Amino acid sequence: MHDLTDEEQQLYDMVCEFADTVVAPQAYEADRTHELSMDVVAQMGELGLFGLPFPEEVGGQGGDYMALCLAIEALARVDQSIAITLEAGVGLGAMPIYRHGTDEQKAEFLPDLVAGRALGGFGLTEPEAGSDAGATRTTAVLDGDEWVVNGSKQFITNSGTPITRFVTVTAVTGERTRPDGTVSKELSTIIVPNGTPGFTVGPGYDKSGWRASDTHPLTFDDVRVPAGNLLGERGRGFANFLRALDEGRIAIAALATGAAQGCLDEAMAYAKTRNVFGVPIASHQYIAFTIAGMQARVHTARLAWHDAARRADAGLPFKKEAAIAKLVSSDAAMLNARDATQIFGGMGFMNETTVARHYRDSKILEIGEGTNEVQLMVIARELGLAA
Amino acid sequence: MKIIVLVKEVPDTYGERKLDLETGLADRAASEPVLDEIGERALEVALAHADAHADTEVVVMSMAPESAATTIRKGLAMGAGSAVHIADPGLAAADLGLTARTLAAAIRRTGFDLVITGNLSTDGSGGVIPAMLAELLEVPNATALTSVEITDGSVSGTRDVDGGTMRVSAPLPAVVSITEALPDARFPNFKGIMAAKKKPFETVSAADLGIEPEDLSAAWSIMTAIAEKPPRTAGTKITDEGDGGTRIAEFLIENRLV
Ligand SMILES: Cc1cc2nc3c(=O)[nH]c(=O)nc-3n(C[C@H](O)[C@H](O)[C@H](O)COP(=O)(O)OP(=O)(O)OC[C@H]3O[C@@H](n4cnc5c(N)ncnc54)[C@H](O)[C@@H]3O)c2cc1C
Repeated sequence: MHDLTDEEQQLYDMVCEFADTVVAPQAYEADRTHELSMDVVAQMGELGLFGLPFPEEVGGQGGDYMALCLAIEALARVDQSIAITLEAGVGLGAMPIYRHGTDEQKAEFLPDLVAGRALGGFGLTEPEAGSDAGATRTTAVLDGDEWVVNGSKQFITNSGTPITRFVTVTAVTGERTRPDGTVSKELSTIIVPNGTPGFTVGPGYDKSGWRASDTHPLTFDDVRVPAGNLLGERGRGFANFLRALDEGRIAIAALATGAAQGCLDEAMAYAKTRNVFGVPIASHQYIAFTIAGMQARVHTARLAWHDAARRADAGLPFKKEAAIAKLVSSDAAMLNARDATQIFGGMGFMNETTVARHYRDSKILEIGEGTNEVQLMVIARELGLAA
Repeated sequence: MKIIVLVKEVPDTYGERKLDLETGLADRAASEPVLDEIGERALEVALAHADAHADTEVVVMSMAPESAATTIRKGLAMGAGSAVHIADPGLAAADLGLTARTLAAAIRRTGFDLVITGNLSTDGSGGVIPAMLAELLEVPNATALTSVEITDGSVSGTRDVDGGTMRVSAPLPAVVSITEALPDARFPNFKGIMAAKKKPFETVSAADLGIEPEDLSAAWSIMTAIAEKPPRTAGTKITDEGDGGTRIAEFLIENRLV
């Protein structure tokens, strides 16, 4: 893609090579056994992937958000579970600490997070609060110099791996009276280290896709953490995670673009070599057109996330662009996964094929990090429409 | 310790590879150019030594068209300290002799304690460059090593031969070539990619090295004919009628495959 600098292109090529030689060979087994390969995570750490968007002073690689997303796209071509582990590890684990953490919090967590030696989760979603984060019920009450956290979270990525150090949870810390007299919840974010008494990480979910990614329900039963574990200002919880979610949408868009690209690559290779009625199926116009359509979707999805990432890195507003990128790229991934499995015929229904995995994995792209209905809501609001 | 690693840009080993039937050269447009894997392994040997010995200087060197600069830079991203790129249109069709003479001149000019190369490139597969270099540089040569140990004054290693393993060693300066038995090369990280931009990258011409490409006084290899690889013929199908095993054995013996 011509907007990439030489170094960005080299980074993308390098991560593609890593993905093809290290990640791809273990993807089927990891998916089959619902097991995140900590060995692959460690190798990604050594490669500096978890440090991509952070400056060298904190042990990072000195890149930007664009660089991180390029790596996520390259990984997702062959294994979405690994790509989301990186996306969540950086975007939801390390980034909030880097951005809102105190010097002590940064010193305690960042070195291991940016090196991929530790992971952090971000717990926003609850059984009764998904798309509507304002409905959060988890509470945190200041008792002396400790927060006492009670409540539960669900579907939290990277919250229970062997190297998970903490989960940052959103919790109601009080009430606020607006100037007009209405009362609203005061939301804050609090770092809860794994292993704290009363903090239980439930068994991993039996998911239909992203099966090697680590996802758990969490419960908090009178969990006591130091007052200093408040992340960012009290009452700024909403604002903090909204920025994280906006950025996360770009990263999910990059991930979805990688998935769509992976489907395209697989379909191309298969269609050229699969002979039916004595000819390669690629020689049928119907198949060729299908693949052409897949290519067009990959291209559009990539343009959309590149633009959103460039805007974010340049400090320009990017809310609408991020929502659009997430919307079109998750569509691209779903449609390409469907087309690719169709081109594979019966083989495409076998879990050992990459396309079958993309078929199961891609659906979550339309749900996680804000459902696509929520993206439409964001875009509509950005257009000034009541939504 | 100064180690020069010879690297080469080749058409992607896993992609489609084509010959230009007019010139007999690899058709560089036919597939993605990549750094030859064996050269990357050679670089890994040098970098691993440098990791453990801070006073090691690693130089990547390549004789390649101008366009190969990006690929050579990957060697810098992986960790080499500097690069020497011999780029000259006059060297486009260089045979093994001219290539060795040019590389030897460049190696001399840069200075070295040890030169590490792959035993065989995946494109031309000449396999004699390391020996020619050692001859031209008048230093010992240890070929096809399956393990390498570098000490202050010497290099040693093992070489697999039919039915055994040989231990070889040579005093430095020396030229060694390695095989695929050595470990995979590391991946460059982003910091390395960014740092590569600022590392010394020297581009030299044949004239800079005192090489006259048109000089025909030495013997040249001349290509007399070239043809595309014939398409694969259909194999022999042995249908098992109770004697399948025997017939497969007969087939293998007949074709001297066992
Ligand atoms: C594998 C996986 C990993 C996840 N990781 C994390 C994580 O790390 N951290 C975290 O906090 N969360 C995580 N989530 C949760 C995810 O972000 C939520 O599932 C998602 O935001 C949707 O919330 P919900 O499931 O409650 O759906 P709901 O909010 O119940 O939505 C149900 C449906 O109603 C639609 N809908 C809702 N409101 C409207 C409206 N106003 N107009 C039109 N349609 C509407 C939605 O779009 C959706 O289609 C993860 C989920 C999964 C599956």
